[in-house]
Amino acid sequence: MSNGMDPAGLLGIGQQSAGGREYWRSLEELAGTEAFKDLIGNHLPRHAAAFTSAMDRREFLTLMGASLALAGISGCLSPAPAPPDEKIVPYVNQPEALVPGKPLYFATAIPVEGYGRGVLVESHMGRPTKVEGNPQHPASLGATDAVTQASVLELYDPDRSRVITNAGRVATWDAFFSALNVELESQRVTQGAGLRILTETVTSPTLAAQLQEILRIFPKAKWHQFDGGGGDYAHQGARMAFGQPFETLYRLEEADVIVSLDADFLLRSPASLRYAREFINRRRIPGGSDEANRLYMIESTFSLTGSNADHRLAIAPSAIPQLARTLAARVSVQISAEQPAISPAQEKWLGALVKDLQAHRGRSAIMPGEYQPAIVHALAHAMNDALGNIGKTVFYTDPVAVNPTNHAESFRELVRDLEENAAQVLIILGGNPAYTAPAELDFAGHLVTSNFNVHLSLYEDETSAVCHWHIPQAHYLESWSDVRAYDGTVTIMQPLIAPLYGGRTAHEILAAVAGQAERASYEIVHDYWRGQNKAKNFDAAWRTALHDGFIAGSALSPRNVKAKPATSFETSEPKRASSGAATKNPPSLEVIYRPDPSIIDGRFANNGWLQELPKPLTKLTWDNAVLMSPATATRLGLTYRVGGSGGEHGTIYADVVELEYDGRRTRGPAWIVAGHADDCVTIHLGYGRRRAGRVGTNLGFNANILRTLDTLWHGASIAVRKTGAQYALACTQFHHLMEGRDLVRAGTIEQYRKNPKFLIERESEKEAPGTLYPGYKYDGYAWGMSIDVNACIGCNACVAACHAENNGPVVGKQEVLRGREMHWIRIDRYHRGEPNNPETYHQPVPCMQCENAPCELVCPVGATTHSQDGLNDMVYNRCVGTRYCSNNCPYKVRRFNFFLYSDFKTESLKPLRNPDVTVRSRGVMEKCTYCVQRINQAKIAAEKEDRVVRDGEIEPACQQACPTRAIIFGNINDPQSRVTQLKTQPLSYGLLTELNTRPRTTYQAKLRNPNPEIENG
Amino acid sequence: MASKPSDPGGDALPLLEPGHTFGSITDKISSIVLTGRTPLFWYISFGIGFTLVLVLLFCITALVSVGVGLFGVMIPVAWGFAIVNFVWWIGIGHAGTLISAILLLLRQKWRQSINRFAEAMTLFAVACAGIFPLIHLGRPWFFYWLFPYPSTMGVQPQFRSPLVWDVFAVSTYFTVSLLFWFLGLIPDLATLRDRATRRMPRFIYGMLAMGWRGSAIHWHRYEMAYLLLAGLATPLVVSVHTVVSFDFAVALVPGWHSTIFPPYFVAGAIYSGFAMVLTIAIPLRRLYGLEDFITLRHLKNMAIVMLATGMIVAYGYLMETFMAWYSGDLFEKYMMMNRMFGPYGWMYWILILFNILIPQALWIRRLQTKPWVLFLIAIAVNIGMWLERYVIVVVSLHRDFMPSAWGMYSGTVFDYGVLVGTIGLFVALLFLFIRLLPMISIFEMRELVHEEEGRSQ
Amino acid sequence: MAKLPIYGLMAEFDSPEALLEAARRAFAAGFRKIDAYSPFPVDGLAEAIGFHHTRVPLIVLIGGIIGCLGGFYLQYWVAVIDYPINIGGRPFNSWPSFIPVTFELTILIASLFAFFGVLALNRLPMPYHPVFNVERFQLASRNRFFLCIEAVDRNFEPERTRRFLDEIGSLGTYEVES
Repeated sequence: MSNGMDPAGLLGIGQQSAGGREYWRSLEELAGTEAFKDLIGNHLPRHAAAFTSAMDRREFLTLMGASLALAGISGCLSPAPAPPDEKIVPYVNQPEALVPGKPLYFATAIPVEGYGRGVLVESHMGRPTKVEGNPQHPASLGATDAVTQASVLELYDPDRSRVITNAGRVATWDAFFSALNVELESQRVTQGAGLRILTETVTSPTLAAQLQEILRIFPKAKWHQFDGGGGDYAHQGARMAFGQPFETLYRLEEADVIVSLDADFLLRSPASLRYAREFINRRRIPGGSDEANRLYMIESTFSLTGSNADHRLAIAPSAIPQLARTLAARVSVQISAEQPAISPAQEKWLGALVKDLQAHRGRSAIMPGEYQPAIVHALAHAMNDALGNIGKTVFYTDPVAVNPTNHAESFRELVRDLEENAAQVLIILGGNPAYTAPAELDFAGHLVTSNFNVHLSLYEDETSAVCHWHIPQAHYLESWSDVRAYDGTVTIMQPLIAPLYGGRTAHEILAAVAGQAERASYEIVHDYWRGQNKAKNFDAAWRTALHDGFIAGSALSPRNVKAKPATSFETSEPKRASSGAATKNPPSLEVIYRPDPSIIDGRFANNGWLQELPKPLTKLTWDNAVLMSPATATRLGLTYRVGGSGGEHGTIYADVVELEYDGRRTRGPAWIVAGHADDCVTIHLGYGRRRAGRVGTNLGFNANILRTLDTLWHGASIAVRKTGAQYALACTQFHHLMEGRDLVRAGTIEQYRKNPKFLIERESEKEAPGTLYPGYKYDGYAWGMSIDVNACIGCNACVAACHAENNGPVVGKQEVLRGREMHWIRIDRYHRGEPNNPETYHQPVPCMQCENAPCELVCPVGATTHSQDGLNDMVYNRCVGTRYCSNNCPYKVRRFNFFLYSDFKTESLKPLRNPDVTVRSRGVMEKCTYCVQRINQAKIAAEKEDRVVRDGEIEPACQQACPTRAIIFGNINDPQSRVTQLKTQPLSYGLLTELNTRPRTTYQAKLRNPNPEIENG
Repeated sequence: MASKPSDPGGDALPLLEPGHTFGSITDKISSIVLTGRTPLFWYISFGIGFTLVLVLLFCITALVSVGVGLFGVMIPVAWGFAIVNFVWWIGIGHAGTLISAILLLLRQKWRQSINRFAEAMTLFAVACAGIFPLIHLGRPWFFYWLFPYPSTMGVQPQFRSPLVWDVFAVSTYFTVSLLFWFLGLIPDLATLRDRATRRMPRFIYGMLAMGWRGSAIHWHRYEMAYLLLAGLATPLVVSVHTVVSFDFAVALVPGWHSTIFPPYFVAGAIYSGFAMVLTIAIPLRRLYGLEDFITLRHLKNMAIVMLATGMIVAYGYLMETFMAWYSGDLFEKYMMMNRMFGPYGWMYWILILFNILIPQALWIRRLQTKPWVLFLIAIAVNIGMWLERYVIVVVSLHRDFMPSAWGMYSGTVFDYGVLVGTIGLFVALLFLFIRLLPMISIFEMRELVHEEEGRSQ
Repeated sequence: MAKLPIYGLMAEFDSPEALLEAARRAFAAGFRKIDAYSPFPVDGLAEAIGFHHTRVPLIVLIGGIIGCLGGFYLQYWVAVIDYPINIGGRPFNSWPSFIPVTFELTILIASLFAFFGVLALNRLPMPYHPVFNVERFQLASRNRFFLCIEAVDRNFEPERTRRFLDEIGSLGTYEVES
């Protein structure tokens, strides 16, 4: 290919496959040389994992860069048949528009637990630096979640696996493929009777086609699925109710009353971003109507969704199916089983709820939680049917996941085959079953029986360690692939950069299994869709799909369904662990397992950004804990101690408990959560990793040791003993009371209807405090922000986005313990009301950009000053680090580099940085700047076009990421701008305005919509 | 030679034990310096001090090379030990200039035997204090950005910041104290020059004396200049701690933002300063047998000054509490409750005990002249005043406006290391001074003798 | 001036009173180039030998004025003229905030003027001075008092002056070599 100047070439994509091959050939040559053997020899005798961390990255990357360049040249010069020229298509500008220093945006999708979310990736000179939501993608609507934001760090993670290993020794792709072929040959004889393929949830049409192909070649081979994080009860429930594993979709904008049966739909759902937006759109008061939807939450642990509910009923997990049954009966679902009596309090609660539901037939939605047993799902479907919601607020489509199966059973079967030595060749595509699978199965132990197994993954993790072969996987930002969103919409994923560490995709491995080792994933995906496309000009369609980031109209269409009579299934008891009757001594409790809010099932354990992200409700970082209600803690005699240094904002010493389930034991710190159901404990998965990488290894404790396949999410009678030991947990906000200060102003919609200004009629607002000084005149732009506390669900997306955009450093647990985390925006969490069922408020707090900034006044060197358009600027170069500004900041939003936090050494992290933002050094103060780099880019662009910056043209990272559009930024000098509109709303108030700081960031008060029957009872 | 009713606080205690002549005084005081052999306790005390100086140097090296994070400071408590120690030392540094300047203007004869080492103490205390603002910076190597100078960056200090006021106040205070002290030394250096037997000391003292020969005209100008310097130093000494108090009063942190701070800081400074003078004078007069010159009369007067300033400080505490209640301000009220009953409450009550209750013993006349009682009280006050600064700096910061940002602070080994290190530096410098320079102003003692004779004739 | 054999004649006394008396009589006798030396300041001694007022206060005043005006202008120039920046919405010329530094600089400059002023007026440092040639003079910094009539005095005449000094109670009269 002769286009040396082709941006695709610049992006290092044009010669991807050639580059890859060239590169690995060079490493093979290297592998031959003495020098390389010595390198391994010196750095580590046997262990390949250590190899990745000990190898000199600098040398490695230079080598790689050089070989890629060579590849380019050879690509241009070699007479050999050139590889397919893989063009990737930028989102907005055409490649021709590539200007050094100006980013390009490419549309792709991030697959999380199988389901895709459309994203736009910002690319600086071929380096993906930031992931944003794709506004046109149904599952994103322009928003992202914390995981998506942090995925770019995963791409550059220096701990990602870089080499193929065979029994811990470095090997080569050729060696692997030849070994694989030998095994496959022997399998051909038996029609693949011994061939097993283990994947996570698969939604990729191409991958599905490839699997079909392989099952055609090897009729006796088996495809197993096991997904550490996700469950599959939803499909089973649908099967119960409809006879088919339908996918359930909700249109929450149409729902006036939402009942969540432990469904954490604001955080833990492939559609969470969309649901969050729809849910909040019905609560935007004022602006629209003064009508809002009402959310009833029935759950055991305290979930993010629960914290946003108008009414919450916290009950033990075993009671939820029971309550679902009762509720179903009340909404006139045919229930034969007799109804157990429930407490008067619950009776009253339920009564009000049922009345509300009956009053909103067809405008309500019952949402079963994905971790609830199938019966709960089935009952929910029946209720939605009975309430006439189906087709209005609830929709059903064919399953998005390919061939939905009961993961638990599927995995159990695989282990059985391994036991019986029926599975000789095992190919594990992604996932980390050796860690995520319940320990009772001893998956790792059984692996050894098979005579060939290979693990494709990003990291050399627990599974890789016990597999014969480990082969590095290409990150999604390095891969050609495709994926379906929650509603079936297909995105064709395009790589942003050639595989940094020469990883391959699942497509390429499966192709090899199908005997086409030479096919690159681009070919595979491209050819598959060419096959699907009946239209004339496929290339145009392909371009459009890549450009838009999804294939228009590929969403699955709703099906007309009719639920079977509930009597047909409602008696079938959900499977429950029957282990040990509840004993009193040691106190035995029910246990709830949930994926960690930040690192899910541990797949992001080595991601520093996510580890340091305070978990939404506990505000814990770097650890998981045994969550329990205050009452339960008292019963177990568990307590905590505030650390002398950093305590309240840093160190909390928690009592360590020993957990025992079916004779398997582990220990972990106990954490008291207001609003948790009594007599049960919640444990988050994903911790206790042993081979996660230098960040994630040996953090927290591993709950999978306790889990069994029957009790993946809920278990009865776990024994909890106090050990007497204490453990230091890093908690960024321990004090959850407002101490009578109106930092978050909250009321009910009822009060608002009576008097819209009821929350802001206070002295400080009545007359502005006088001043001797004439105020500054800000003609031209005056940037301001309005944050809607009512819309904030506390999901952390803004925090992660801010960190990614502004090159935020990771300080590590020790520093968080001292109260030195570096987030420019934090989400304050306050509780109000009784501890067993509190009201919860989430309040994002960035810099207020005060017009009378107290911080500026006291800086002795003028390192923080005011800009023309009223920004509170921070001049890093001028800062000497007196920290006086932080003392004098009433909002405490300034962050200080007590040590050299930014990583200036690690080569692979350098391309990650946002080139428009200074990487701060030791001893300087830093803070939110309203993303001044974006502001200036927009201003420059506007000046070039001789116009003013349009409203909404500038979106700070936090606003851009926010799923609920809770953050609005703009020019407050422009009366038409949205931010000005919002600031004139009757619910708009400033934080601590009595100090006369004149903050530019203001808030919209929180309005709850409680059911008067429950509230006033 | 009983003192005359003209004496302030007129009572039987003499300023100078009888029987001294110009010669005897001169010999007695200068011999401490010029004698060949150094007493053992000097080696011990200096040795201890010097060891701690090494600790100080180690800590500073670590801080500069690794980062200020070695201190316990965090968000929200971004100021810790460093600032506490700074204010504490500056406060101690107030007695010297006060004694020499203000008492001079008030014609208090009893200052004369204590002013010299009180001034020296001031210099050393300020020197110790000066270390802290420097090393607590994030980037100490840029400290000079706080001074105005022709900068290529074209940026100058931000003069609205109390920290800049601090820089000017403290450096001015140090300079003026140094001039004042050295001016006072010149005639005594001349004495040492003339009395030194060996060549080297003779030469060095000679150079330092700059050829002073006690000419009447020189004395005339000298006294005028000395008086004027005293006149200048007096408002200065008041201004310094006022400015230091601005560091807090100007900020809007509850517990800092208070108009009573300047007077109450100044009183506190004098309070702790006198406590430190007593802490030093009482052992020294015993060790060097100077009871004749530093008499019980001096101790008594200092005790009374301590009592008086102590009461002002007590009034300060009372007012803070009252204002917190009277203002009705939510944050102020919470701050005060937290100060008394919060996690750091015990500190508050200890400081009340040490600063207010224990010194009340000074009402008892008998105790005013019991050196060891005074010594113990002085120690208590030194500790109490340190705690006071800790309570003001740390306890106000750790829970201010937003409960979400509250945190706890505690010093690290480096915090303590630097504190004891500066104490060591102080001790070391003090003993060097005692060994090398007359710790009592000889010529002023001669004047005293002359006057006493005048009275007795 | 013309090189003289000696610098002058020096008389020793043992008390400030004696010295003061002697100085008065010497001045009365018409001697003008005289100086008295004492181990501590003696009231009225300088007046006795005809030295009445000093310029030290004036110097200090000048220093103070320079410090005050210079100090304020420095801040005004920085904040308003050289590089005006919007600091926390405060006006460029926030004069109340400029008072402390102005005050400190006033004191500083005035004190420096006082210290170096007095040294200059006293012509110090001056490590060598003829009076040091007198053996006994080193007692001038201990407990002895001296009166010196310099040879440059127009009434100076070695023998007569020596006799005069003995008359006014000198305990010992010495020649001061120049």
